[in-house]
Amino acid sequence: MSTPAELPSLIDLGRAIRARETSSEAATERCLAVIRDRDPSINAFILVTADAALEAARLADRELRAGRDRGLLHGVPISIKDILDIAGLRTTAASHVRREHVAARDATVVARLREAGVVMVGKTNLHEFALGTTNEESAYGPVHHPLDATRSPGGSSGGSAASVLAGMAYASIGTDTGGSIRIPSAACGLVGLKPRFREVPTQGVVPLSASLDHVGPLAATVADAAAIFRTIADAPAIEGPLAPGSARGMRLGVPRRYFLDLLDDDVARAFDATCARLTAAGAVLDDVVIPHARDIAAIYLQVALTEAAAFHSKTLDSRPGDYTPTVRVRLEAGRYVLAQDYLRALRGRDVLRSEVSAALDGRDGLLLPSLAVPATPLGAATMRVSGVDEPVRNVTLRLTQLFNITGHPAISIPCGATGNGLPIGAQLVGSATAPLLQSAATLEAHIRGGTAATTTA
Amino acid sequence: MTPEDWRQSARADAERRGLPDLQAMLDTLARTASALRAADWNDDASGAATPASDPPPVG
Repeated sequence: MSTPAELPSLIDLGRAIRARETSSEAATERCLAVIRDRDPSINAFILVTADAALEAARLADRELRAGRDRGLLHGVPISIKDILDIAGLRTTAASHVRREHVAARDATVVARLREAGVVMVGKTNLHEFALGTTNEESAYGPVHHPLDATRSPGGSSGGSAASVLAGMAYASIGTDTGGSIRIPSAACGLVGLKPRFREVPTQGVVPLSASLDHVGPLAATVADAAAIFRTIADAPAIEGPLAPGSARGMRLGVPRRYFLDLLDDDVARAFDATCARLTAAGAVLDDVVIPHARDIAAIYLQVALTEAAAFHSKTLDSRPGDYTPTVRVRLEAGRYVLAQDYLRALRGRDVLRSEVSAALDGRDGLLLPSLAVPATPLGAATMRVSGVDEPVRNVTLRLTQLFNITGHPAISIPCGATGNGLPIGAQLVGSATAPLLQSAATLEAHIRGGTAATTTA
Repeated sequence: MTPEDWRQSARADAERRGLPDLQAMLDTLARTASALRAADWNDDASGAATPASDPPPVG
């Protein structure tokens, strides 16, 4: 299996397919072979659509032979989180609550990918209804990290991340309500993009918290993520291919207070090495403060649980036993939130949005780790970080949920590994997605250009 | 209703509904509600407090 740094690029594959150096059918066959070989132990997929994938791949190859080129993604095999509708297939959201559901039509994002010639190899496992960060609560069983089966690949888009890392797909589409694209991307050494709020349509996506939900790609490289973003966004505003630029003069704010207070030692070392590399390359890094950072978790919890409980109210009453116990408890808790507290949280959201925008003013982005810890052990309720036992859910959401609250685009990029090879991610946050992707390409080039920021365990 | 009153009431209701596992989440929600009610962005109908609509400078 490829290590994260060696994962094949979707763009390179697409170019090879269009140049007839390989075929979509051959690439799809390779992915399906890996699924057959490895997924029984990883459990990344809820449904593998082998026949439909091969049919789509053969169609993609026939189109190219006939002179029809749909672009960068033509014939490329990817996976789809099983929370997005694909016409004619179940959208389970990893819950028995939806076991009878069959989608009548494609989600908008899926339709756009289909139009771009993408081959969909299957639907990936997730934390039930995306309400969790480990994938342990799924009606279809937990997802295991491809590099260490005793650990979670992160979540909730954990099946998506595992499918890409293991070579079962060249990229995946996930959703991110508190970090569910960026957390598994960091844990699996992938690039994960949460676009700006409402930039990618959520039609045909099972909601978790409608005002926090985002759809985006998990991929091997920033350019791969950008190629998918161009395809699925309403108005991507990216002109021409991404070209990594010089880091000289790049201005990045580092929100140390709160965000760097609680970090695993390996994550801290990898992040510091990334900052040092950028500084050596001429980037200007300075500290910024998000004054109300201590209120992030409270605001997030009140908004997310209330909105999720509203969506699930009917089935919590009619089919409570079809939820996994922990997810049911979280949803039930949201039914008790008072309207006045929800409204206070929304007011706090406005304050945080202003503070993040102010921190970005005059800068190319904010730089912080994506995930405070490496991939978490399956079954762990807490993790010891900076000498404190923290609930896994709190510590995994800590660095990402702010940007769901504020809606700013954010991307996770691999920035090193622990001594035992578990990936670590850096997060870049911007004002708009197109320039963020450009900055991310530069950051990625500097991280990959030198020795990896590998740390000792 | 204070967050503590809310917590007691919600815990009793969860107990009545046979959901004892809900207690810890309700305690967490009560703590977060208290934090939000103490936040400096909240309005004060007396006009005594100034909402934090303009965030402090950062940098």
